[in-house]
Amino acid sequence: MSDVAVEVDNLTRSFKKGDVQALRGVSLDVPRGQVFGLLGPNGSGKTTMVRILSTILAPSTGTARVEGFDVVTHPQEVRRRIGLAGQFATVDENLTGLENLRMIGSLNHLDKAFVATRSSQLLSEFNLLDAASRSVKTYSGGMRRRLDLAAALLAHPPVLFLDEPTTGLDPQSRQDLWSIIERLVEQGTTVLLTTQYLEEADRLAQQLVVLDHGTIIAQGTSSQLKERLGATVLSFTFSSVDEATRGLDVIRSVGSKSPAHEGTVVDLPVEGGPASAADALRLLDNAGLRPVGMTLREPSLDDVFVSLTGHRTEDGASAPETGRTR
Amino acid sequence: MNPTPTLAPEQHRLLWAVRDIRTITTRNLLNLVRIPVQVVFSLIQPVMFVILFRYVLGGAIPVPHYVNYLIPGVLVQTTIFGSVGTAIGLAEDLQRGLIERFRALPMARMAMLAGRTVSDLLRNVIVVITISLVGLLVGFRPSGTFINYLEACLLMLLFAYALSWGFAFIGLAAPNSEAAQAMTFPLIFPLTFASSAFVPVATMPGWLKPFAQNQPVTQVVDAVRGLMLGLPHGQSTWITLAWATGAVIVLAPFAVRKYRRVT
Repeated sequence: MSDVAVEVDNLTRSFKKGDVQALRGVSLDVPRGQVFGLLGPNGSGKTTMVRILSTILAPSTGTARVEGFDVVTHPQEVRRRIGLAGQFATVDENLTGLENLRMIGSLNHLDKAFVATRSSQLLSEFNLLDAASRSVKTYSGGMRRRLDLAAALLAHPPVLFLDEPTTGLDPQSRQDLWSIIERLVEQGTTVLLTTQYLEEADRLAQQLVVLDHGTIIAQGTSSQLKERLGATVLSFTFSSVDEATRGLDVIRSVGSKSPAHEGTVVDLPVEGGPASAADALRLLDNAGLRPVGMTLREPSLDDVFVSLTGHRTEDGASAPETGRTR
Repeated sequence: MNPTPTLAPEQHRLLWAVRDIRTITTRNLLNLVRIPVQVVFSLIQPVMFVILFRYVLGGAIPVPHYVNYLIPGVLVQTTIFGSVGTAIGLAEDLQRGLIERFRALPMARMAMLAGRTVSDLLRNVIVVITISLVGLLVGFRPSGTFINYLEACLLMLLFAYALSWGFAFIGLAAPNSEAAQAMTFPLIFPLTFASSAFVPVATMPGWLKPFAQNQPVTQVVDAVRGLMLGLPHGQSTWITLAWATGAVIVLAPFAVRKYRRVT
Protein backbone atom coordinates (compact mmCIF):
# COMPACT_ATOMS: atom_id res chain seq x y z
CA MET A 1 0.00 0.00 0.00
CA SER A 2 1.30 3.41 -0.86
CA ASP A 3 1.94 5.98 1.82
CA VAL A 4 -0.48 8.42 0.22
CA ALA A 5 -4.01 8.43 1.60
CA VAL A 6 -5.55 10.96 -0.77
CA GLU A 7 -4.34 11.68 -4.30
CA VAL A 8 -5.80 14.57 -6.21
CA ASP A 9 -4.83 15.10 -9.82
CA ASN A 10 -5.69 18.23 -11.76
CA LEU A 11 -9.15 18.52 -10.27
CA THR A 12 -11.59 21.09 -11.60
CA ARG A 13 -15.16 21.85 -10.77
CA SER A 14 -17.40 24.49 -12.21
CA PHE A 15 -20.95 25.35 -11.27
CA LYS A 16 -23.46 26.29 -13.90
CA LYS A 17 -25.00 28.90 -11.67
CA GLY A 18 -23.17 32.13 -12.36
CA ASP A 19 -20.44 30.33 -14.28
CA VAL A 20 -18.38 29.89 -11.14
CA GLN A 21 -15.16 27.93 -11.33
CA ALA A 22 -14.73 26.64 -7.82
CA LEU A 23 -11.63 24.57 -8.56
CA ARG A 24 -9.23 25.25 -11.42
CA GLY A 25 -6.83 22.33 -11.66
CA VAL A 26 -5.76 21.39 -8.15
CA SER A 27 -3.27 18.56 -7.56
CA LEU A 28 -2.09 17.38 -4.18
CA ASP A 29 -1.04 14.28 -2.24
CA VAL A 30 -2.06 13.79 1.35
CA PRO A 31 0.45 11.57 3.18
CA ARG A 32 -0.95 8.83 5.38
CA GLY A 33 -1.17 9.47 9.11
CA GLN A 34 -0.82 13.25 9.02
CA VAL A 35 -2.96 16.32 9.29
CA PHE A 36 -2.99 18.04 5.94
CA GLY A 37 -4.28 21.58 5.96
CA LEU A 38 -6.30 23.27 3.23
CA LEU A 39 -6.09 26.94 4.03
CA GLY A 40 -8.08 29.60 2.26
CA PRO A 41 -10.76 32.25 2.57
CA ASN A 42 -14.44 31.79 1.77
CA GLY A 43 -14.97 30.88 -1.85
CA SER A 44 -11.44 29.62 -2.34
CA GLY A 45 -12.65 26.10 -3.16
CA LYS A 46 -11.89 24.34 0.13
CA THR A 47 -15.38 23.05 0.71
CA THR A 48 -15.81 22.05 -2.93
CA MET A 49 -12.64 19.99 -2.58
CA VAL A 50 -13.93 18.22 0.54
CA ARG A 51 -17.32 17.57 -1.08
CA ILE A 52 -15.65 15.98 -4.10
CA LEU A 53 -13.34 13.86 -1.95
CA SER A 54 -16.26 12.67 0.17
CA THR A 55 -18.25 11.68 -2.99
CA ILE A 56 -20.98 14.25 -2.40
CA LEU A 57 -20.11 16.16 -5.56
CA ALA A 58 -18.64 14.93 -8.83
CA PRO A 59 -15.60 16.74 -10.23
CA SER A 60 -15.90 18.40 -13.66
CA THR A 61 -12.52 17.06 -14.77
CA GLY A 62 -9.52 15.45 -13.13
CA THR A 63 -9.32 12.52 -10.75
CA ALA A 64 -9.28 11.99 -7.01
CA ARG A 65 -8.53 8.81 -5.11
CA VAL A 66 -9.05 8.07 -1.45
CA GLU A 67 -7.15 5.09 -0.08
CA GLY A 68 -6.61 4.04 -3.67
CA PHE A 69 -10.29 4.20 -4.69
CA ASP A 70 -11.50 6.63 -7.32
CA VAL A 71 -14.25 8.89 -5.95
CA VAL A 72 -16.21 8.75 -9.21
CA THR A 73 -15.92 5.10 -10.18
CA HIS A 74 -15.86 3.53 -6.69
CA PRO A 75 -17.81 5.90 -4.43
CA GLN A 76 -19.13 3.17 -2.11
CA GLU A 77 -15.58 1.94 -1.43
CA VAL A 78 -14.55 5.50 -0.66
CA ARG A 79 -17.54 6.04 1.64
CA ARG A 80 -16.56 3.00 3.68
CA ARG A 81 -13.16 4.53 4.38
CA ILE A 82 -13.96 8.12 5.19
CA GLY A 83 -15.48 10.19 7.95
CA LEU A 84 -16.84 13.67 7.34
CA ALA A 85 -17.49 16.36 9.90
CA GLY A 86 -17.92 20.01 9.35
CA GLN A 87 -18.88 23.46 10.25
CA PHE A 88 -22.58 22.77 10.21
CA ALA A 89 -22.59 19.78 12.55
CA THR A 90 -25.29 17.98 10.61
CA VAL A 91 -26.72 15.89 13.38
CA ASP A 92 -30.44 15.34 13.86
CA GLU A 93 -31.39 17.72 16.61
CA ASN A 94 -34.61 15.96 17.53
CA LEU A 95 -32.75 12.77 18.35
CA THR A 96 -30.52 12.19 21.35
CA GLY A 97 -26.76 11.99 21.00
CA LEU A 98 -26.84 8.23 21.32
CA GLU A 99 -29.69 7.87 18.83
CA ASN A 100 -27.71 9.90 16.33
CA LEU A 101 -24.72 7.61 16.68
CA ARG A 102 -26.92 4.53 16.39
CA MET A 103 -28.46 5.89 13.22
CA ILE A 104 -25.05 6.61 11.66
CA GLY A 105 -23.82 3.19 12.80
CA SER A 106 -26.77 1.55 11.15
CA LEU A 107 -26.31 3.52 7.92
CA ASN A 108 -22.66 2.43 7.95
CA HIS A 109 -23.94 -1.14 8.28
CA LEU A 110 -21.97 -1.78 11.39
CA ASP A 111 -22.74 -4.53 13.80
CA LYS A 112 -25.09 -3.39 16.61
CA ALA A 113 -22.82 -4.60 19.41
CA PHE A 114 -19.87 -2.81 17.85
CA VAL A 115 -21.86 0.42 17.55
CA ALA A 116 -22.87 0.20 21.21
CA THR A 117 -19.27 -0.25 22.40
CA ARG A 118 -17.83 2.31 20.04
CA SER A 119 -20.55 4.88 20.85
CA SER A 120 -19.96 4.78 24.57
CA GLN A 121 -16.21 4.91 23.98
CA LEU A 122 -16.50 8.00 21.74
CA LEU A 123 -19.09 9.70 23.94
CA SER A 124 -16.90 9.37 27.00
CA GLU A 125 -13.77 10.38 25.05
CA PHE A 126 -15.54 13.49 23.79
CA ASN A 127 -17.04 14.28 27.17
CA LEU A 128 -20.62 13.73 26.04
CA LEU A 129 -21.56 10.76 28.19
CA ASP A 130 -23.81 12.79 30.50
CA ALA A 131 -25.63 14.31 27.54
CA ALA A 132 -25.91 11.03 25.60
CA SER A 133 -29.61 10.52 26.22
CA ARG A 134 -30.55 14.17 25.88
CA SER A 135 -32.01 15.64 22.72
CA VAL A 136 -29.31 17.32 20.60
CA LYS A 137 -31.47 20.44 20.60
CA THR A 138 -30.21 21.09 24.12
CA TYR A 139 -26.53 20.84 23.11
CA SER A 140 -24.15 23.78 22.87
CA GLY A 141 -22.33 24.51 19.61
CA GLY A 142 -19.19 22.81 20.87
CA MET A 143 -21.12 19.72 21.96
CA ARG A 144 -22.78 19.47 18.53
CA ARG A 145 -19.41 19.60 16.80
CA ARG A 146 -18.05 16.91 19.09
CA LEU A 147 -21.07 14.70 18.43
CA ASP A 148 -20.72 15.35 14.70
CA LEU A 149 -17.09 14.29 14.93
CA ALA A 150 -18.02 11.22 16.98
CA ALA A 151 -20.50 10.25 14.25
CA ALA A 152 -17.81 10.69 11.62
CA LEU A 153 -15.43 8.48 13.61
CA LEU A 154 -17.91 5.75 14.45
CA ALA A 155 -16.88 3.37 11.69
CA HIS A 156 -13.25 4.01 12.52
CA PRO A 157 -12.41 5.44 9.09
CA PRO A 158 -8.74 5.65 8.11
CA VAL A 159 -9.35 9.03 6.46
CA LEU A 160 -11.16 11.91 8.08
CA PHE A 161 -12.33 15.10 6.35
CA LEU A 162 -12.86 18.07 8.62
CA ASP A 163 -14.42 21.07 6.93
CA GLU A 164 -13.75 24.12 9.09
CA PRO A 165 -14.26 22.13 12.27
CA THR A 166 -13.80 25.04 14.65
CA THR A 167 -15.33 27.97 12.75
CA GLY A 168 -17.69 29.78 15.08
CA LEU A 169 -16.61 27.93 18.21
CA ASP A 170 -15.53 29.55 21.48
CA PRO A 171 -11.82 29.29 22.37
CA GLN A 172 -12.28 26.46 24.89
CA SER A 173 -14.32 24.29 22.50
CA ARG A 174 -11.72 24.99 19.84
CA GLN A 175 -8.92 23.80 22.13
CA ASP A 176 -10.94 20.67 22.98
CA LEU A 177 -11.43 19.83 19.30
CA TRP A 178 -7.77 20.43 18.56
CA SER A 179 -6.72 17.95 21.27
CA ILE A 180 -9.16 15.39 19.90
CA ILE A 181 -7.77 15.79 16.38
CA GLU A 182 -4.21 15.46 17.66
CA ARG A 183 -5.07 12.25 19.48
CA LEU A 184 -6.67 10.84 16.33
CA VAL A 185 -3.58 11.44 14.28
CA GLU A 186 -1.42 9.81 16.95
CA GLN A 187 -3.61 6.74 16.48
CA GLY A 188 -2.88 6.72 12.75
CA THR A 189 -5.83 8.54 11.18
CA THR A 190 -5.18 10.69 8.14
CA VAL A 191 -6.90 14.05 8.47
CA LEU A 192 -7.64 16.54 5.72
CA LEU A 193 -8.57 19.77 7.42
CA THR A 194 -9.90 22.94 5.87
CA THR A 195 -9.64 26.14 7.79
CA GLN A 196 -9.49 29.87 7.41
CA TYR A 197 -7.34 30.23 10.50
CA LEU A 198 -3.58 30.18 10.08
CA GLU A 199 -3.29 29.51 13.81
CA GLU A 200 -5.30 26.31 13.45
CA ALA A 201 -3.35 25.08 10.43
CA ASP A 202 -0.17 25.99 12.28
CA ARG A 203 -1.12 24.03 15.37
CA LEU A 204 -2.42 20.91 13.64
CA ALA A 205 -1.16 20.51 10.10
CA GLN A 206 2.21 19.07 9.16
CA GLN A 207 1.73 20.21 5.59
CA LEU A 208 -0.61 22.68 4.05
CA VAL A 209 -1.67 24.27 0.83
CA VAL A 210 -3.12 27.73 0.45
CA LEU A 211 -6.06 27.98 -1.95
CA ASP A 212 -7.24 31.12 -3.64
CA HIS A 213 -9.98 31.23 -6.28
CA GLY A 214 -9.70 27.50 -6.85
CA THR A 215 -5.93 27.28 -7.34
CA ILE A 216 -3.05 26.44 -5.04
CA ILE A 217 -1.02 29.57 -4.49
CA ALA A 218 1.40 28.19 -1.94
CA GLN A 219 2.28 24.93 -0.26
CA GLY A 220 4.70 23.65 2.34
CA THR A 221 4.93 23.32 6.06
CA SER A 222 3.38 26.07 8.11
CA SER A 223 6.81 27.25 9.25
CA GLN A 224 7.88 27.53 5.61
CA LEU A 225 4.81 29.64 4.91
CA LYS A 226 5.40 31.83 7.90
CA GLU A 227 9.03 32.33 6.96
CA ARG A 228 7.80 33.86 3.77
CA LEU A 229 5.78 36.23 5.81
CA GLY A 230 7.82 37.36 8.79
CA ALA A 231 7.29 36.52 12.41
CA THR A 232 4.83 39.24 13.35
CA VAL A 233 2.78 42.00 11.80
CA LEU A 234 3.19 45.57 12.92
CA SER A 235 0.08 47.53 12.20
CA PHE A 236 -0.28 51.33 12.34
CA THR A 237 -3.40 53.40 12.02
CA PHE A 238 -3.05 57.02 10.90
CA SER A 239 -5.46 59.89 11.09
CA SER A 240 -5.68 60.24 7.30
CA VAL A 241 -5.05 58.22 4.17
CA ASP A 242 -2.44 60.76 3.13
CA GLU A 243 -0.51 60.35 6.36
CA ALA A 244 -0.75 56.55 6.02
CA THR A 245 0.81 56.76 2.55
CA ARG A 246 3.66 58.92 3.82
CA GLY A 247 4.08 56.72 6.91
CA LEU A 248 4.37 53.65 4.75
CA ASP A 249 7.33 55.09 2.88
CA VAL A 250 9.03 56.07 6.12
CA ILE A 251 8.81 52.66 7.83
CA ARG A 252 9.20 50.44 4.78
CA SER A 253 12.86 49.75 5.61
CA VAL A 254 11.93 48.21 8.99
CA GLY A 255 9.75 45.52 7.40
CA SER A 256 10.92 42.10 6.28
CA LYS A 257 8.35 41.71 3.51
CA SER A 258 6.26 43.97 1.36
CA PRO A 259 3.81 46.00 3.45
CA ALA A 260 0.08 46.27 2.89
CA HIS A 261 -1.78 49.54 2.88
CA GLU A 262 -5.50 49.96 3.03
CA GLY A 263 -7.17 53.24 3.90
CA THR A 264 -5.58 54.66 7.03
CA VAL A 265 -4.09 51.30 8.07
CA VAL A 266 -0.57 50.10 7.24
CA ASP A 267 0.42 46.47 7.93
CA LEU A 268 4.12 45.69 7.95
CA PRO A 269 5.52 42.16 8.42
CA VAL A 270 8.56 42.43 10.73
CA GLU A 271 11.17 40.06 12.16
CA GLY A 272 12.24 41.98 15.25
CA GLY A 273 8.98 42.23 17.20
CA PRO A 274 9.00 45.07 19.79
CA ALA A 275 12.45 46.21 18.60
CA SER A 276 11.08 46.71 15.09
CA ALA A 277 8.14 48.59 16.57
CA ALA A 278 10.53 50.93 18.41
CA ASP A 279 12.51 51.49 15.18
CA ALA A 280 9.38 52.26 13.24
CA LEU A 281 8.10 54.67 15.89
CA ARG A 282 11.43 56.51 15.92
CA LEU A 283 11.36 56.87 12.13
CA LEU A 284 7.78 58.11 12.19
CA ASP A 285 8.56 60.58 14.96
CA ASN A 286 11.56 61.92 13.03
CA ALA A 287 9.31 62.43 9.99
CA GLY A 288 6.81 64.29 12.18
CA LEU A 289 4.11 61.64 11.73
CA ARG A 290 1.96 60.62 14.68
CA PRO A 291 0.01 57.37 14.24
CA VAL A 292 -3.25 57.15 16.18
CA GLY A 293 -2.99 53.41 16.79
CA MET A 294 -0.44 50.62 16.82
CA THR A 295 -0.62 46.84 17.30
CA LEU A 296 1.90 44.04 17.06
CA ARG A 297 0.21 40.76 16.22
CA GLU A 298 0.62 37.22 14.92
CA PRO A 299 0.19 37.03 11.15
CA SER A 300 -3.34 36.10 10.11
CA LEU A 301 -4.50 34.32 7.01
CA ASP A 302 -5.29 37.73 5.64
CA ASP A 303 -1.64 38.74 6.00
CA VAL A 304 -0.49 35.55 4.32
CA PHE A 305 -2.83 36.37 1.50
CA VAL A 306 -1.64 39.87 1.03
CA SER A 307 1.93 38.67 0.90
CA LEU A 308 1.15 35.82 -1.49
CA THR A 309 -1.34 37.42 -3.81
CA GLY A 310 -0.97 41.13 -3.27
CA HIS A 311 -4.71 41.36 -2.57
CA ARG A 312 -6.78 40.89 0.53
CA THR A 313 -9.16 38.01 1.08
CA GLU A 314 -12.47 39.18 -0.20
CA ASP A 315 -14.30 39.42 3.07
CA GLY A 316 -11.52 39.34 5.62
CA ALA A 317 -10.18 36.14 7.10
CA SER A 318 -11.94 36.39 10.41
CA ALA A 319 -15.45 36.83 9.06
CA PRO A 320 -17.47 33.68 9.69
CA GLU A 321 -18.81 31.95 6.62
CA THR A 322 -22.44 32.86 6.20
CA GLY A 323 -25.14 30.78 4.63
CA ARG A 324 -24.62 27.29 3.36
CA THR A 325 -24.16 26.24 -0.20
CA ARG A 326 -27.03 24.37 -1.67
CA MET B 1 -7.29 -0.46 22.06
CA ASN B 2 -9.85 0.56 19.50
CA PRO B 3 -12.24 -2.18 18.45
CA THR B 4 -12.15 -2.91 14.74
CA PRO B 5 -15.41 -2.17 13.00
CA THR B 6 -17.45 -5.25 12.29
CA LEU B 7 -19.91 -5.19 9.47
CA ALA B 8 -23.31 -6.65 10.03
CA PRO B 9 -23.60 -10.05 8.31
CA GLU B 10 -26.22 -9.15 5.68
CA GLN B 11 -24.45 -8.10 2.49
CA HIS B 12 -26.97 -8.60 -0.28
CA ARG B 13 -27.76 -5.35 -2.05
CA LEU B 14 -31.49 -5.61 -1.52
CA LEU B 15 -31.17 -6.41 2.19
CA TRP B 16 -28.66 -3.58 2.47
CA ALA B 17 -31.23 -1.16 1.03
CA VAL B 18 -34.01 -2.55 3.24
CA ARG B 19 -31.90 -1.97 6.33
CA ASP B 20 -31.22 1.62 5.26
CA ILE B 21 -34.90 2.28 4.57
CA ARG B 22 -35.72 0.90 8.01
CA THR B 23 -33.09 3.12 9.64
CA ILE B 24 -34.37 6.26 7.91
CA THR B 25 -38.00 5.36 8.66
CA THR B 26 -37.17 4.84 12.33
CA ARG B 27 -35.35 8.15 12.41
CA ASN B 28 -38.31 9.98 10.85
CA LEU B 29 -40.77 8.35 13.25
CA LEU B 30 -38.56 9.29 16.21
CA ASN B 31 -38.66 12.87 14.93
CA LEU B 32 -42.44 12.64 14.82
CA VAL B 33 -42.63 11.31 18.37
CA ARG B 34 -40.26 14.01 19.63
CA ILE B 35 -42.49 16.77 18.25
CA PRO B 36 -45.95 15.46 19.08
CA VAL B 37 -47.32 18.94 18.43
CA GLN B 38 -46.78 18.33 14.72
CA VAL B 39 -48.93 15.20 14.80
CA VAL B 40 -51.62 16.97 16.80
CA PHE B 41 -51.66 19.87 14.34
CA SER B 42 -51.88 17.56 11.36
CA LEU B 43 -54.96 16.04 13.00
CA ILE B 44 -56.61 19.33 13.94
CA GLN B 45 -57.15 20.37 10.33
CA PRO B 46 -59.12 17.29 9.24
CA VAL B 47 -61.14 17.37 12.45
CA MET B 48 -62.02 20.98 11.66
CA PHE B 49 -63.07 19.90 8.15
CA VAL B 50 -65.30 17.23 9.65
CA ILE B 51 -66.94 19.73 11.98
CA LEU B 52 -67.17 22.42 9.29
CA PHE B 53 -68.87 20.23 6.73
CA ARG B 54 -70.89 18.16 9.17
CA TYR B 55 -72.38 21.01 11.21
CA VAL B 56 -71.82 24.30 9.34
CA LEU B 57 -72.06 23.65 5.61
CA GLY B 58 -73.56 20.18 5.57
CA GLY B 59 -77.14 21.34 6.08
CA ALA B 60 -77.01 23.26 2.81
CA ILE B 61 -75.66 20.32 0.81
CA PRO B 62 -78.58 18.36 -0.65
CA VAL B 63 -77.30 14.87 0.07
CA PRO B 64 -79.31 12.61 2.36
CA HIS B 65 -77.32 11.36 5.40
CA TYR B 66 -74.55 13.76 4.41
CA VAL B 67 -72.26 12.59 7.21
CA ASN B 68 -71.98 9.19 5.52
CA TYR B 69 -71.10 10.93 2.27
CA LEU B 70 -68.65 13.29 3.97
CA ILE B 71 -66.36 11.09 6.08
CA PRO B 72 -64.95 8.98 3.20
CA GLY B 73 -64.25 12.27 1.36
CA VAL B 74 -62.49 13.82 4.35
CA LEU B 75 -60.46 10.63 4.81
CA VAL B 76 -59.21 10.72 1.22
CA GLN B 77 -58.51 14.44 1.39
CA THR B 78 -56.62 14.07 4.66
CA THR B 79 -54.40 11.25 3.45
CA ILE B 80 -53.53 13.29 0.35
CA PHE B 81 -52.70 16.30 2.54
CA GLY B 82 -50.64 13.90 4.65
CA SER B 83 -48.54 12.86 1.68
CA VAL B 84 -47.50 16.52 1.31
CA GLY B 85 -45.43 15.80 4.43
CA THR B 86 -42.96 14.03 2.15
CA ALA B 87 -42.18 17.30 0.38
CA ILE B 88 -41.86 19.21 3.66
CA GLY B 89 -39.73 16.57 5.36
CA LEU B 90 -37.29 16.19 2.48
CA ALA B 91 -36.99 19.94 2.03
CA GLU B 92 -36.18 20.24 5.74
CA ASP B 93 -33.53 17.52 5.63
CA LEU B 94 -32.02 19.16 2.60
CA GLN B 95 -32.03 22.55 4.28
CA ARG B 96 -30.42 21.18 7.43
CA GLY B 97 -27.63 19.58 5.39
CA LEU B 98 -28.57 16.08 6.48
CA ILE B 99 -29.06 14.81 2.95
CA GLU B 100 -25.66 16.12 1.94
CA ARG B 101 -24.11 14.44 4.94
CA PHE B 102 -25.85 11.13 4.24
CA ARG B 103 -24.46 11.11 0.70
CA ALA B 104 -21.01 10.53 2.17
CA LEU B 105 -22.25 7.37 3.90
CA PRO B 106 -22.20 3.91 2.31
CA MET B 107 -26.00 3.71 2.42
CA ALA B 108 -28.38 2.82 -0.41
CA ARG B 109 -29.04 5.92 -2.50
CA MET B 110 -32.81 5.68 -2.55
CA ALA B 111 -33.21 4.90 1.17
CA MET B 112 -33.61 8.56 2.06
CA LEU B 113 -36.62 8.84 -0.28
CA ALA B 114 -38.11 5.43 0.43
CA GLY B 115 -37.67 5.89 4.20
CA ARG B 116 -39.44 9.22 4.03
CA THR B 117 -42.37 7.95 1.99
CA VAL B 118 -42.74 4.93 4.28
CA SER B 119 -42.74 7.01 7.48
CA ASP B 120 -45.29 9.37 5.93
CA LEU B 121 -47.41 6.36 5.05
CA LEU B 122 -47.28 5.18 8.66
CA ARG B 123 -48.26 8.63 9.85
CA ASN B 124 -51.21 8.51 7.45
CA VAL B 125 -52.30 5.23 9.07
CA ILE B 126 -52.59 7.07 12.40
CA VAL B 127 -54.55 9.82 10.65
CA VAL B 128 -56.98 7.34 9.05
CA ILE B 129 -57.65 5.62 12.39
CA THR B 130 -58.19 8.95 14.18
CA ILE B 131 -60.51 10.44 11.57
CA SER B 132 -62.46 7.18 11.38
CA LEU B 133 -63.07 7.39 15.12
CA VAL B 134 -63.99 11.07 14.91
CA GLY B 135 -66.36 10.16 12.09
CA LEU B 136 -68.10 7.53 14.22
CA LEU B 137 -68.44 10.14 16.95
CA VAL B 138 -70.24 12.62 14.70
CA GLY B 139 -72.65 10.02 13.37
CA PHE B 140 -70.82 8.29 10.50
CA ARG B 141 -72.34 4.82 10.08
CA PRO B 142 -70.48 2.77 7.43
CA SER B 143 -72.82 0.05 6.24
CA GLY B 144 -70.25 -2.00 4.35
CA THR B 145 -68.41 -4.91 5.93
CA PHE B 146 -65.36 -4.41 8.14
CA ILE B 147 -63.21 -6.07 5.50
CA ASN B 148 -64.54 -3.59 2.93
CA TYR B 149 -63.69 -0.76 5.30
CA LEU B 150 -60.11 -2.04 5.59
CA GLU B 151 -59.90 -2.38 1.81
CA ALA B 152 -61.05 1.22 1.47
CA CYS B 153 -58.38 2.36 3.95
CA LEU B 154 -55.65 0.43 2.13
CA LEU B 155 -56.77 1.87 -1.18
CA MET B 156 -56.53 5.51 -0.08
CA LEU B 157 -53.26 4.89 1.77
CA LEU B 158 -51.83 3.35 -1.38
CA PHE B 159 -52.95 6.32 -3.46
CA ALA B 160 -51.48 8.79 -0.97
CA TYR B 161 -48.25 6.79 -0.91
CA ALA B 162 -48.02 7.01 -4.70
CA LEU B 163 -48.48 10.78 -4.54
CA SER B 164 -45.69 10.94 -1.92
CA TRP B 165 -43.19 10.21 -4.68
CA GLY B 166 -44.36 13.24 -6.60
CA PHE B 167 -44.16 15.36 -3.49
CA ALA B 168 -40.67 13.96 -2.88
CA PHE B 169 -39.65 15.54 -6.18
CA ILE B 170 -41.19 18.86 -5.13
CA GLY B 171 -39.47 18.72 -1.75
CA LEU B 172 -36.10 18.21 -3.42
CA ALA B 173 -36.73 20.97 -5.95
CA ALA B 174 -37.95 23.54 -3.42
CA PRO B 175 -35.56 26.06 -1.88
CA ASN B 176 -36.94 25.44 1.62
CA SER B 177 -39.72 23.64 3.45
CA GLU B 178 -42.11 26.62 3.44
CA ALA B 179 -41.75 26.92 -0.32
CA ALA B 180 -42.21 23.17 -0.67
CA GLN B 181 -45.52 23.39 1.14
CA ALA B 182 -46.60 26.39 -0.91
CA MET B 183 -45.69 24.60 -4.16
CA THR B 184 -47.92 21.63 -3.34
CA PHE B 185 -50.93 23.80 -2.59
CA PRO B 186 -52.00 24.65 -6.17
CA LEU B 187 -51.82 20.94 -6.94
CA ILE B 188 -53.72 19.41 -4.08
CA PHE B 189 -56.34 22.13 -3.67
CA PRO B 190 -58.11 21.63 -7.03
CA LEU B 191 -57.55 17.88 -6.89
CA THR B 192 -59.25 17.45 -3.52
CA PHE B 193 -61.98 20.09 -3.78
CA ALA B 194 -62.92 19.74 -7.45
CA SER B 195 -63.71 16.11 -6.73
CA SER B 196 -66.54 14.11 -5.27
CA ALA B 197 -64.96 14.40 -1.80
CA PHE B 198 -67.40 16.96 -0.39
CA VAL B 199 -70.19 17.43 -2.93
CA PRO B 200 -71.52 15.34 -5.81
CA VAL B 201 -69.84 16.18 -9.11
CA ALA B 202 -73.32 16.48 -10.67
CA THR B 203 -73.87 19.75 -8.75
CA MET B 204 -70.79 21.40 -10.30
CA PRO B 205 -70.94 23.74 -13.35
CA GLY B 206 -70.66 22.19 -16.79
CA TRP B 207 -67.10 23.37 -17.48
CA LEU B 208 -65.79 21.79 -14.27
CA LYS B 209 -67.63 18.48 -14.51
CA PRO B 210 -65.39 16.72 -17.05
CA PHE B 211 -62.30 17.45 -14.94
CA ALA B 212 -63.99 16.64 -11.62
CA GLN B 213 -65.48 13.41 -12.92
CA ASN B 214 -62.32 12.04 -14.48
CA GLN B 215 -59.53 13.20 -12.22
CA PRO B 216 -58.03 10.50 -9.96
CA VAL B 217 -59.19 11.82 -6.57
CA THR B 218 -62.83 11.42 -7.56
CA GLN B 219 -62.11 7.82 -8.49
CA VAL B 220 -60.44 7.22 -5.11
CA VAL B 221 -63.29 8.87 -3.24
CA ASP B 222 -65.92 6.93 -5.18
CA ALA B 223 -64.13 3.64 -4.50
CA VAL B 224 -63.57 4.40 -0.81
CA ARG B 225 -67.13 5.64 -0.32
CA GLY B 226 -68.57 2.68 -2.19
CA LEU B 227 -66.59 0.19 -0.13
CA MET B 228 -67.33 1.86 3.19
CA LEU B 229 -71.03 2.33 2.56
CA GLY B 230 -71.54 -0.95 0.73
CA LEU B 231 -72.67 0.86 -2.44
CA PRO B 232 -71.91 -0.07 -6.03
CA HIS B 233 -68.86 1.86 -7.20
CA GLY B 234 -68.27 0.62 -10.72
CA GLN B 235 -64.68 0.30 -11.83
CA SER B 236 -63.37 2.98 -9.46
CA THR B 237 -61.33 0.54 -7.35
CA TRP B 238 -59.46 -0.68 -10.42
CA ILE B 239 -59.08 2.81 -11.79
CA THR B 240 -57.63 3.91 -8.44
CA LEU B 241 -55.18 1.03 -8.43
CA ALA B 242 -54.16 1.93 -11.97
CA TRP B 243 -53.65 5.60 -11.04
CA ALA B 244 -51.60 4.67 -7.98
CA THR B 245 -49.40 2.21 -9.86
CA GLY B 246 -48.95 4.60 -12.74
CA ALA B 247 -48.07 7.45 -10.39
CA VAL B 248 -45.33 5.43 -8.67
CA ILE B 249 -43.91 4.23 -11.99
CA VAL B 250 -43.81 7.75 -13.39
CA LEU B 251 -43.03 9.83 -10.30
CA ALA B 252 -40.51 7.67 -8.41
CA PRO B 253 -37.84 7.80 -11.16
CA PHE B 254 -38.20 11.59 -11.29
CA ALA B 255 -37.71 11.84 -7.54
CA VAL B 256 -34.74 9.47 -7.56
CA ARG B 257 -33.15 11.36 -10.43
CA LYS B 258 -33.65 14.65 -8.63
CA TYR B 259 -32.15 13.17 -5.47
CA ARG B 260 -29.03 12.12 -7.36
CA ARG B 261 -28.55 15.60 -8.75
CA VAL B 262 -29.55 17.78 -5.87
CA THR B 263 -26.83 18.98 -3.52
